[in-house]
Formats: sequence, structure tokens, C-alpha cells
Amino acid sequence: MRIHQLFLKLLNVTSLVLIILIFATPFVWMAVTSVKSLSETITFPPVWIPETIRFENFTLAWESGPFFRYLVNSLIVTFSILILQFLTIVPAAYAFARYQFFADRTLFALTMITLMIPTQLIFLPVYLQFSSWGILDTHLALILPFAANAFGIFMLRQSFKQVPEELLEAARLDQASEWKIIYKIMVPMAKPTIITLLLFSFITHWNDYFWPLVMTTSDSSRTLPVGIAALTNVEGGVAWHIMMAGNMILVVPILIMFFFAQRQIIRAFVYTGVK
Amino acid sequence: MNHLWMTLRPYTMIAPALLVFLLFFIYPIGYMVYLSFHDWNFISPDKNFVGMNNYRALYDHPEFLQSVENTVIFTLLSVVITTVIALLLALWINKPTKLYGFVQGAIFSPHIISLVSIAMLWMWLMDPQYGLLNWLLELFGLPQSEWLASPDTALYSLVIVAIWKSVGFNTLILIAGLQSIPSYLYEAAELDQSSTFTSFLKITLPLISPTLFFLVIINVISSFQVFETIDIMTQGGPLNSTSTLVYFIYEYGFRFFQLGYASAAGVVLLIVLSIFTVLYFLLVSRRVHYQ
Repeated sequence: MRIHQLFLKLLNVTSLVLIILIFATPFVWMAVTSVKSLSETITFPPVWIPETIRFENFTLAWESGPFFRYLVNSLIVTFSILILQFLTIVPAAYAFARYQFFADRTLFALTMITLMIPTQLIFLPVYLQFSSWGILDTHLALILPFAANAFGIFMLRQSFKQVPEELLEAARLDQASEWKIIYKIMVPMAKPTIITLLLFSFITHWNDYFWPLVMTTSDSSRTLPVGIAALTNVEGGVAWHIMMAGNMILVVPILIMFFFAQRQIIRAFVYTGVK
Repeated sequence: MNHLWMTLRPYTMIAPALLVFLLFFIYPIGYMVYLSFHDWNFISPDKNFVGMNNYRALYDHPEFLQSVENTVIFTLLSVVITTVIALLLALWINKPTKLYGFVQGAIFSPHIISLVSIAMLWMWLMDPQYGLLNWLLELFGLPQSEWLASPDTALYSLVIVAIWKSVGFNTLILIAGLQSIPSYLYEAAELDQSSTFTSFLKITLPLISPTLFFLVIINVISSFQVFETIDIMTQGGPLNSTSTLVYFIYEYGFRFFQLGYASAAGVVLLIVLSIFTVLYFLLVSRRVHYQ
């Protein structure tokens, strides 16, 4: 009986380790490849421990294109989106949560419909629209469509609804303006939700490849993921060690962030997934 | 005056967000439908009205039909397998200890990594000559695979990547669903001496099924949008074996500038997504109704 239980426990732990391996090995392999020499990437069976650790691969990857420019573009685009989303979501969520007005349900339904329209569906007409506005290949083209976020409005509305009405009444008696109520009472009380939303938006737009790919044509507005993806067509054949080094630059900051804020990040995604 | 402002105030608060939605989501949909009835190459000043011609041409276009077929196969396989694995994992690793927490973090990690990195990493793992996967296959005495290089295996290779990426996210959502099942139900079942399997069948499955349906629908919707892995790993090839609906729209719109034609394909995608969106909203309103 006890041997039976021991066996089950052992089986359980082994399977858990196996699962961790399935998810960790690809990342480990990326890291190992990123410090290899070219010849070490084209041997079979593969080499697990490179002879010398070549950190210069990172410099080579970084200098194979205007990666500093890409990084700056990524930062500008992502943070502009975060700031604009905060500015548009908070008042909209407040209006939907706290006021009754003509057509409020219709307008809310309209907001919810956009939640289900993927960028992969509308890129062509938006591209044509931006081309006639003359803003293709600019930061604006990458920022504007994401200046509001239907999902954020939905979630923040839920948490604004939970703020007790008496609190607002008291503030109104003190002659507080609605704006003051929003930014002094509502926002601080909904802080966890707002942080969750911003974290979610940050990861989504920092990683985004599709939208910058279709909206940009030059290095002046390209973002990091598009630049890294271009490493696949470096002249002179496939250089896996350089490609993996480039991807380490993209992946490691996110993984470090994940390591420190795992609980919040998982919550951001699960919460936004389940609603 | 004050009254007027009171009436207008909510509208001014939602106006900025609504403007973004109307300009960049609602209006483009209408414009796409309009374009789908026209013939236009982006350069010429005229858009010729051609009625249903673009749709008829799509119906006869082998490449289009193939990309629809690929999308359906990709979606069916990745959604079914992901959901089944995620359910099994969720039942298994839904425990509050540190070790299980670590496993949850590990399986979730691909979800926050850029698809660019995932695509390039798996391209490398699936390299037919020097890739780690073929080395593993050889290690276990199995025949090697061509992975992305062969039209017979390329689509399935993409399915594997999709599963690897999203299974953790699905598992964690199911765990959240499992944790919301009140524990007294299981305690009652225990008093009745029902087996683990019976309580799974009679308690867990019925109570988790709204979450499962919800997951299936959002997975279907996101599988229909797959683009990044295809663009980076296969460009729709070899021999068109991995081109999907979105990739078809991208190629005909951006490479061949057949905008009316690409828009018609976009409308097809719109219709499919709408069906699942309606299902989704029916489900959401149902769930609210129950509570």
C-alpha cells in the first residue's frame, strides 16, 4: 500500500517536471543558441554547452539594424497608447457606470461590439483611410486605433459601479466637481483594476507585430518586434545564433517582469479573459 | 444652461472613446463591405462597381478555398486539443502549493511572449537539419520530420506551436473556473461516498461547462485570426499549405493590390466571426441571467 502511494507520488512529480521541461526547454535553447558560434548552430547532434560564451552575438544582432530607433519607437507607441487609454477609458467608464442618459444602452452595446472586431479584420480599410490622411508610416498610425479600449471600459465600469453612492453624495455636498470625484475618489478606489488593465495593454502592444507590420514601411516608425522579425532575412544565409540573440533582447525583459509580477500578470490575463 | 450641461455631460465623457471606435472599427467595417462590391487596385482613381463578382470569383478560386480549408483545420485541431489538454492540466495542477504555482507560471509564460519570438524560436526548434525536435525524435528512435518544410506537415507544425502558446492561458482560466465551484458540493458528494469520477461527472463538468464553452468560443475567434506564426514561419507555404483566411486577405490586399477582392474575403471572415460573436454574447447574457 505504501509502496503504491510512493510510486504514485513519484509519477506525479516526474510528470510535473516533464511539463516544466516542455515549457522551459525552448527558452533555455534560445538562450544557449544566442551565445553560440555559427558553426556550433549547424552541427548535428546539437551542442548543449558552447565552447566559448559569445556575448558579442547580442552586439551583432543589435547593430544589424537600427535597433535603437526600433526600441525608441516601441516605447513611444506603447506608452502613448497607455496614456491615451487611461484618459479615454476613465471618463467613459464613469459615464456608463454612474449616469443614465438617452441611448446609453445602445452606445454601450456599440462599445461592446468593437471588443469583438480584431485588427486582422479591419487593417485593409484602415490602411486606405490612413493613406488618404497621409499618416501611414508614422507613430500616429500605430497609436490612434488603440487610443481607447472597449474591454477596459467594460471592466472599469464594473469596478466603478461598486463604489458606494453615499461616498459620492458626500463629495457632492462638499461642492466637489464631477472631474474631481472621478480623479480623487473613483480612480484611487479602482486602482487594482486600472493597473491590471494597463499591464495587459502594455504587454499586448509591446509584443504586437501585425499592426506595425502593415502600417509601417520604413525604419523611422518600425517597432522592435518588426525589426526582430526582419532578422530572418539577413543576407548570407540563416544565422540562428544572431536571430536568437535578437529575440533574447525582446523576451528577457518580459520574462523578468513576469518573474517579479507573476501574480498580477496572470490575474491581468485571466481576469480579462474570463470577465 | 446648467440643465443642458447636465444632459450633455455623459456624452462628452464617452465621446473620445466612442470617436476612436467609430473611426477605426465601425466605419472601416462598412468601408470594407462597400469595397467588396467594387474592383479597385489602389492606384486608379475609379472604383468600378462589380456587384457580386468578387464573391463569385472567390468561390471559384482554389487558393481561397484552400486557405478556408486550412483555417478550419487549424482552428478545429488547435481548439479541441488545447481545450482537452487544458482541462486535464487544470484538474491536475489546481493545487495551492509552491510547486504547482511554479508549474502554472511556467505553462503560462509563452502567453506573454511576443508571437514573433515564439515563431522564430519554434522555426529553429523545427529546423529539419539542425533542429532540437528532430534530435529528440532520433533520441527516441523515431523517424525525423520535415516539420515546416513539407506541405504534409507544415500546418500541423503550426498547430503544435499554437497549442504550446495557449494551453497555459486556457488552463489558468479553467483553474479560476474550478475554484469558483463551492467546496460543500464535493463535501456532500464525499458523504454520499461517490467516486472521484462520479463527482467529476456530476459536479465539476456541469459547473465548469460555461467556462469551457466560453473558452472554446474565444479560442475559435482567435484561431481564425492567426497571422504572426504563418507570416514568420511559412509565408503560407509550402505550396499554399499553411495560408489562412487572414493571410489570404493580407497577400491579395498588400502584395497584389486587389482591394475589392481582398475585401470580399474580409467580409467572409466578418460573417464567420459574427456568428461566433453572437454565440458568445448569448452565452454571456445567459451567465448573467443565472447569477
